[in-house]
Amino acid sequence: MTLQAITVIGHDRPGIIAETTRVLADLGLNLEDSTMTLLRGHFAMMLICEGPAGSAETEDALAGLTADGSLIVTAREIPEEPKQGAVGVSYVLTVHGGDRPGIVSRVVGEVARVGGNITDLTTRLAGDLYLLVAEVDLPATADVGTLEQSLTRVGAELGVGVTLREVESDEL
Amino acid sequence: MTSAYVDDAVGRWTEHDLPVEGRVLEVVRAPATVLSSVGDAVDPTAPETVQLAADLVATMRVSPGCVGLAAPQVGVGAKVFCVDVTEHPKTRGHHGTFVLCNAVVVESSRNEKAREGCMSVPDLTGDVKRASRIVVHGQLPGTGEQVEVSAEAFEARALQHEIDHCEGLLFLDRVAGAHAIYPRKTYL
Repeated sequence: MTLQAITVIGHDRPGIIAETTRVLADLGLNLEDSTMTLLRGHFAMMLICEGPAGSAETEDALAGLTADGSLIVTAREIPEEPKQGAVGVSYVLTVHGGDRPGIVSRVVGEVARVGGNITDLTTRLAGDLYLLVAEVDLPATADVGTLEQSLTRVGAELGVGVTLREVESDEL
Repeated sequence: MTSAYVDDAVGRWTEHDLPVEGRVLEVVRAPATVLSSVGDAVDPTAPETVQLAADLVATMRVSPGCVGLAAPQVGVGAKVFCVDVTEHPKTRGHHGTFVLCNAVVVESSRNEKAREGCMSVPDLTGDVKRASRIVVHGQLPGTGEQVEVSAEAFEARALQHEIDHCEGLLFLDRVAGAHAIYPRKTYL
């Protein structure tokens, strides 16, 4: 049994997911976690699969997708990751403002400085508006007030609005 | 208690009104079929319904942070659930502990989105939009008295989550979008 990371990126059209997953099912691969979205109109999919096939065999089987040059497929064997340990508190970080180079790197740099771990991140450019939304785990030792101040300062320098909001999930 | 939202019969009700001792049952987890099946309507005066009501409250009481539990979560496909949001920080008006049979939401308004978790789906949370003001009709176990509950805020959310369980629905069935499901975090 191997664990593989598979990516499919390129020109979007109906049926890419159906075709990809049919090939993977035929190889006996089990789809574990996956995500797919459109990035600036391009199809982008990442999958973690487990099964008997190796990555060379997987790439060969998916060759039909890449034949016309519209899609790029990669498959790589990867090790099991240990289960995520306990975290401090979860936050949603939102940044929006006029597009300019360096917004993401400056903002997430402040998060990294306090040991924050980004577990999900989306950015979108819509006209002149740039938007970043990220899920951030902060360690219990992080000084949230100081982080908020540094994010506000960086936001002011970049001319963008930055908010950091705690997310609680309610057990029902 | 905020009196404006308290139905008298429901607000006064406690599990001590039931003539039987509750037993602590095992909580089942998805993908158990019972969690995806519509529960059967029950006779609220039947001895097995009264016992189930007591068991649900007893099981809720021993589960840390638990504010509600529906019959399918203890493996019984029936329209019975208990709720007690008294201790939750997001609670505004509430009715204390109560059990409802055959409950339905008859009015709902003011949708709000929040992230929910569930004892039966221990590894995931999800963003779910639910009404923050609702009116529920149901019956009390034992007497079978027909009651109307007007609930708001967190109690309203809890009631909708439990009524969904009785209909074979999990919060997963109501998530706000493809990226609105999150791995559950273990907090320090």
